[in-house]
Amino acid sequence: MKLTLNVWRQPASQAAGKLETYTLDGVSADMSFLEMFDMLNEQLTEAGKEPVAFAHDCREGICGSCAMMINGQAHGPWKGAATCQLHMRAFKDGDIITVEPWRASPFPLVKDLVVNRGSFDRIIQAGGFVSVNTGGARDANEILIGKDILEESMDAAACIGCGACVAACPNASASLFTGAKISHLGLLPQGQPERDKRALAMVEQMDLEGFGHCTLTGECQESCPKEISIDVIKRMNRDYLMASARRQEPRAATGSG
Amino acid sequence: MLELNAKIPSGPLEQKWENHRFNMKLVNPANKRKHHVIVVGAGLAGGAAAATMAELGYNVSCFVFHDSPRRAHSIAAQGGINAAKNYQNDGDSVRRLFYDTIKGGDFRAREANVYRLAQVSVNIIDQCVAQGVPFAREYGGLLANRSFGGAQVSRTFYARGQTGQQLLLGAYQALERQIGLKKVQMHTHEEMLDVVVINGQARGIITRNLLTGKIESHVADAVVLATGGYGNVFFLSTNAKYSNVTASWRAHKKGAAFANPCYTQIHPTCIPVHGEHQSKLTLMSESLRNDGRVWVPKKQGDNRAPSAIPENERDYYLERKYPSFGNLAPRDISSRAAKEACDDGRGVGPGGLGVYLDFADAIKRLGKQTIAERYGNLFDMYQRITDENPYEQPMRIYPAVHYTMGGLWVDYNLMSTIPGLHVAGEANFSDHGANRLGASALMQGLADGYFVLPYTIGDYLASNKLDKVDASHAEFRAAEEAIRAQQNKFLGMKGKRTVDSFHKELGKIMWEYCGMARTREGLSKALELIPALKEEFWSNLNVPGSAESLNQSLERAGRVADFIELGELMCRDALHREESCGGHFRSEYQEEGEAKRNDDEFAYVAAWEYAGEGKPQILNKEPLVYENVHLSTRSYK
Repeated sequence: MKLTLNVWRQPASQAAGKLETYTLDGVSADMSFLEMFDMLNEQLTEAGKEPVAFAHDCREGICGSCAMMINGQAHGPWKGAATCQLHMRAFKDGDIITVEPWRASPFPLVKDLVVNRGSFDRIIQAGGFVSVNTGGARDANEILIGKDILEESMDAAACIGCGACVAACPNASASLFTGAKISHLGLLPQGQPERDKRALAMVEQMDLEGFGHCTLTGECQESCPKEISIDVIKRMNRDYLMASARRQEPRAATGSG
Repeated sequence: MLELNAKIPSGPLEQKWENHRFNMKLVNPANKRKHHVIVVGAGLAGGAAAATMAELGYNVSCFVFHDSPRRAHSIAAQGGINAAKNYQNDGDSVRRLFYDTIKGGDFRAREANVYRLAQVSVNIIDQCVAQGVPFAREYGGLLANRSFGGAQVSRTFYARGQTGQQLLLGAYQALERQIGLKKVQMHTHEEMLDVVVINGQARGIITRNLLTGKIESHVADAVVLATGGYGNVFFLSTNAKYSNVTASWRAHKKGAAFANPCYTQIHPTCIPVHGEHQSKLTLMSESLRNDGRVWVPKKQGDNRAPSAIPENERDYYLERKYPSFGNLAPRDISSRAAKEACDDGRGVGPGGLGVYLDFADAIKRLGKQTIAERYGNLFDMYQRITDENPYEQPMRIYPAVHYTMGGLWVDYNLMSTIPGLHVAGEANFSDHGANRLGASALMQGLADGYFVLPYTIGDYLASNKLDKVDASHAEFRAAEEAIRAQQNKFLGMKGKRTVDSFHKELGKIMWEYCGMARTREGLSKALELIPALKEEFWSNLNVPGSAESLNQSLERAGRVADFIELGELMCRDALHREESCGGHFRSEYQEEGEAKRNDDEFAYVAAWEYAGEGKPQILNKEPLVYENVHLSTRSYK
């Protein structure tokens, strides 16, 4: 098939950017969306032009690197798929496809379609972990976890940190990402000792990074390649409120040995 | 010639690691913070090592070329992680995991390393669960297990089809915690381009910031490479696109021996190639072989739809040839059997390069719901790529390059032939011999990172005198200059061919002559083709853009330059090893279609030593001594 592509080109974060138009012939329906971009880049290189910079790596929907806004949809038209999993059979001959980067101020643009998602790492740094050092863990089967709870935790843990939720949200909120980690650990017995601290620290870091507030529009769960439900946001809000309330109360004195 | 001292501790196999831990020197807690350790890579091995050493009190710097340490290729591992927990009461033990791994590796791995791996496997599961890794559970709340190839027990722990992701996120979260505590200095978007050796010790690395192009020197007391495998030398593999050999290869050129480069794993169950523009191959987890049955038509050139082929005209060749392991025969054996069937004209799908993996019986036996619970995400992935529904028709699969058992040579302490340079995970050669069993890569990466390196690096730091060195040292300056010169060469050539076109051509040579079946004639041919390709690469390459900003073509140029040199060494290694073992199958050496080892002449590790630009590497041999297992012909019949 023959396609017309409008691709965002921007040489550096401070430089001006614009949509450039390219035509690409001989695209087959079996190609992945990124293979179509490989083809475009080979064509540009051979013509002595600079290829389009884009983030990608595993190309099987798990590393979370790829990030393209395709015709206004984060990761394009297929539900539950990252950009790399989208195949060209989703398009037809003569289509015009517009490709832009994630747009959100906590994801500053690096070049062309590449943005910096370091703010996600800093949210995890704030409390997205269980504080256990290596060694000294007790036998894994001493912690019993019901299958239903485990499955719910795993649903949230499936997040790949791609940032589509932020890009799709009209407020650029990171609530789905943050809520997913708070839910994954908060549902498990191992996550209980730090549950309050985690919710407070991660939500505060999310605000500090400049992400917007959640107004429950639900665009995030529609765009999420792992189909994480906005139920995780509900869980985050509850944990945050409970932790805030408890933070106000004076702590009960405990025995000092 | 190198002196290859594996430093295997004395004493009975079961006590070697215990004795060694007692004999190793310790760094006192107050002194640990005075030591600076560099970890390159943040996959399972690197992330675990960096986090654990920071917890112990060392100052750690960790470098990744990704935008975040959560993106390393470990994340793509689907099926699971082995551990000798014997939770299923089915006869597993540390000794059995050890034996299965040695046998699976076709008796080409070191006994002591493998035994230690089996011992610490149980600690890994405990550690990961403590971190909150959501391994699958039974209704009663206990951990669930599944079976993997090459084993007759169920010892594989899993988190749906995303085990690697969940283990990596565990290590990543531990690492982020240490970054927050300022014990780890995290460098993202920084690619290691050289290791710096001063007075015979590894004392730092040179990196390029991929966003700004800045070349920088970083000094340390010890360096860890956890930079993964080199399967992308074939261009098409299941590896992530960025996975490359550059860190290992540049260390090799500074004196680290490269061991068994020809041992590559071809995974039997991948989605077949669709066309010329294919950029990578997608694995379908080995766990599918728990319930899927592999078959081809009995008749050559049978073009009927699979549902139209009656039961008695199908050849379930794995079940027929290997009745005791059936569809769970090890990867190397299953891959060759698929190739044989296709070479025999009985392959299915476009070009006849595919075999069926059929779930019809399992769906009849267990119901669609159960199969969807077990493999739903894999089935979805398959359908997305092929546009075929595996609930209704069998999957088509074909072998693809997946893992490299070879890597930088290391001793029992995971130290390379450069003192102070340690190598962990897939980047080293240590534990899998000539073939890795499924679900053992995650185990090895985490064993190295959580439970081996934190001890052995302490011993190295406590036992060696380190001179004071800073980045103004002539060796750092020279290494930086060499990198700038190479970049200028790439950008200045203005030739006609793109980096990818060279990479694809190399990949075709490697797949054709150094792939699933190798011959003296083919390898000799490859050894003529690769130097010619190298010459053209260095005279006709087209790299657009500049060195001062994000330039993905320039990044790839350096990686492909190294892949070309590695490819040549792989072919030389494959040519010299005149036997078949594990993933290395030389057509001249077989018995009734099975690999024929030659233990009298080849029971050794081939450790290749760099001899200078344009000179062939020198072969060094580390004999493999087996005191605890009997060297037998591997049989899965």
